Amino acid sequence: MKNYVVRRLLQLIPILLAITFLSFGMMRLAGSDTVQQKMENTGSSAPQEVIDAARAELGLDKPFLTQYFAWLGNLLRGDMGRSYVSGREVFPYFVSKLPATLLLTAASILLTVVISIPLGVLAAVKQNSAADYLIRVCSFVGNSMPNFFVALLLMYLFAIRLDWFPVIANGTGLQSVVLPAVTLAIAMSAKYLRQVRAAILDELSKDYVTGARARGVKFSVTMWRSVFKASLVTILTLLTLSTGSLLGGTAIVESIFMWDGVGKMAVDAIHMRDYPVIQAYVMWMAIIYVLVNLVTDLSYRVLDPRIRLGGMEP
Amino acid sequence: MNGGKPVTVRKAKIRRDLRRPRLFFFLGLTAVLLLATIFADKLAPYDPYLQNYEISFQPPSAEHLMGTDRYGRDLFSRVLVGAQTSIFSTLALVGIISVFGTVVGVSCGYFGGRLDSIAMRVSDVCLAFPGLVFALAVAALLNGGIVNAVIALAVISWPKYARVARSQTLAQKDSPYIQAALLAGGTPAQVIVRHILPNILGPVLVTAMLDIGTMMMELAGLSFLNLGAQAPTAEWGNMMSAGRSMLQIYPWVVLSPGLAIFITVAVFNLLGDTVRDYIDPKNSRVK
Repeated sequence: MKNYVVRRLLQLIPILLAITFLSFGMMRLAGSDTVQQKMENTGSSAPQEVIDAARAELGLDKPFLTQYFAWLGNLLRGDMGRSYVSGREVFPYFVSKLPATLLLTAASILLTVVISIPLGVLAAVKQNSAADYLIRVCSFVGNSMPNFFVALLLMYLFAIRLDWFPVIANGTGLQSVVLPAVTLAIAMSAKYLRQVRAAILDELSKDYVTGARARGVKFSVTMWRSVFKASLVTILTLLTLSTGSLLGGTAIVESIFMWDGVGKMAVDAIHMRDYPVIQAYVMWMAIIYVLVNLVTDLSYRVLDPRIRLGGMEP
Repeated sequence: MNGGKPVTVRKAKIRRDLRRPRLFFFLGLTAVLLLATIFADKLAPYDPYLQNYEISFQPPSAEHLMGTDRYGRDLFSRVLVGAQTSIFSTLALVGIISVFGTVVGVSCGYFGGRLDSIAMRVSDVCLAFPGLVFALAVAALLNGGIVNAVIALAVISWPKYARVARSQTLAQKDSPYIQAALLAGGTPAQVIVRHILPNILGPVLVTAMLDIGTMMMELAGLSFLNLGAQAPTAEWGNMMSAGRSMLQIYPWVVLSPGLAIFITVAVFNLLGDTVRDYIDPKNSRVK
C-alpha cells in the first residue's frame, strides 16, 4: 500500500509538469505579454527601446524554456502574475473565489448522491417495472438537455414565475445556492443514475445472489449486506469520474446565476482577454481534477479488499 | 445479464426481432431531422435575418410558430436555419475526432513502441483537464467563431476514440487470423485495413453515435458563452444567449432554440442507444 501511494505520487509529477507546461504555453500562444498589455491599457505608445527594456527587465526576452522554469519557480511561491484588467495578484484572487465554487460543487454532489443512489437501486431492483421505465425516461430527458437550458428553465419556473428563489445570487447564501446546485445535480444525476442502476444489475446477476435466494435469505438482506456493499466501489468511482464534467459545467452555470466562484471568474476573464486569470483557472482545475482522481484510486484500494490484499492492479 | 430472470428462446427471439424496427424508426427520425436541416432555407417561412421592428417580441402564433425576437425576426425560421450551424458543425466535429482518434489508436495498438507511449502520454494529459475547462481556454485563445469552437472541442475529445481503437486493436492483434494474414504475405497496411479496421469499427461507431448528443451540447455551450458562432449567425446556443436577458418577459426567445437542442440531442441519443444495442447486444442490458 505504502509503495503504491509513493508510486502514484511519483507518477503525478510528469502529469503536473505537463499541465503547467500546457497552461504556460497557451499563454504564450496568445501572443500577448504583460508589457504589450500594459501599453494597450494605458493607451500610450512607447518607443521600441523602452518596450524592449521593460521586456528584458521581466525576463520576457529569454528563451521559452527559461521563461517556463522561471514561471514555474514563481508558481511554487504562489506568484502567478497580475491580472491584466484589475492589476490584482492572480493567485490570491483565484483562492478568494474558490470557496464559493467548492460549496456549489459539494452541494450538487450531495444532491446527486441523494437523488441517484436510491433511485438507481430502485430501478435496478424493480427492473422493467413502471418505476424503472419512469426513472429511465427522466434520466434520458436529463441527459439530453444542456445545462444552460436546464438553468434557464429552472430560473424561469422557480425564480421568475414562482418567485421562490432569487434570480441573481446575492452572496453565497443558502437560498442562492439551490438553483445552481439543482441545475448541476440534474445533469450529473441523469448520467450517474444509469451507471448506479447498471452496477447494481450487474451485481444482482451474479451466482451468489441466486444462491442466497435458494437458501431462503431475505432479499433485502442480500441486497443491502452483499449486493450494495459490493457495488459501492464501482458507484464511488463513477461518482468521482463525473466530477470532471461537473468542474467544467460550473463555468456556464455560475455565470448564468451570477454565482461568484471561479467559473464565473473564468468566463468574465475570457471575455476581457485576461490571460493570467484564465491560465490560473485552467491549471488549477486540472490539478484539482487529477488530485480527485488520485484520491479515488487510493480509496479504491482501501475499500476493496481484493485489490488491497491480492496486490492485483486495478 | 437479465437480473436472474429466465428468458425463453422464444422471448429472446422476439426481443431480437423487435430491435430492427426500432433501429429503422430512429434512423428514419434522424433522416427527417437531417433533411429538414439541409432544406432549412426552403422550409423556413420567413427570411431568418430580416429585421422588422414593428413585429418585435410577438408571442408564438399561427403566423409565427415560435414568435419573434427583439428585431422582429421569425424565430421558427431562425431555429430551422440555426440547425444547419448546430447540427452540421457537430457532425463535422464528431467525424474529425473519430477518424483522427481511430487512426492514432490503431497505429498505437498495432505498432506499439515509442509511438504508442508518446501518443498515450499526450492523451493522458488531454484527459487530465476536466471536461469543458480546457475547451474554454482554447476557444478563448482562438477568439471565438464556430470553426474555432470545433477545433477547441476536437483538441480535448479525440483521446477517447484513440483509447477505444487502441484497446480493440490490441485485442485483435494477436488473434490467429491476423497472424495467418501476415504469414500469407499481407503487409501491415493491408492487415490493418482489411482485417483490423472492420473488426474494431463497431465499438468506434457506437462511441461516435453516443457522442453526438454530448458534443452538440458542448458546442452550443461554447456558443452560449459567445465563444462559438458569432452574433448575426443563427445558431441555437447563441440565440439562447441573446435571449437570456429577456427571459422574464419574452421566454419564448430562449425556450424555442432550447427545445430545438433538446429534441435534436434526444433523437441522436435514441439512435445512439439503438445502434449500440444492435451492434453490441451483450451490453444492451448493462448500461
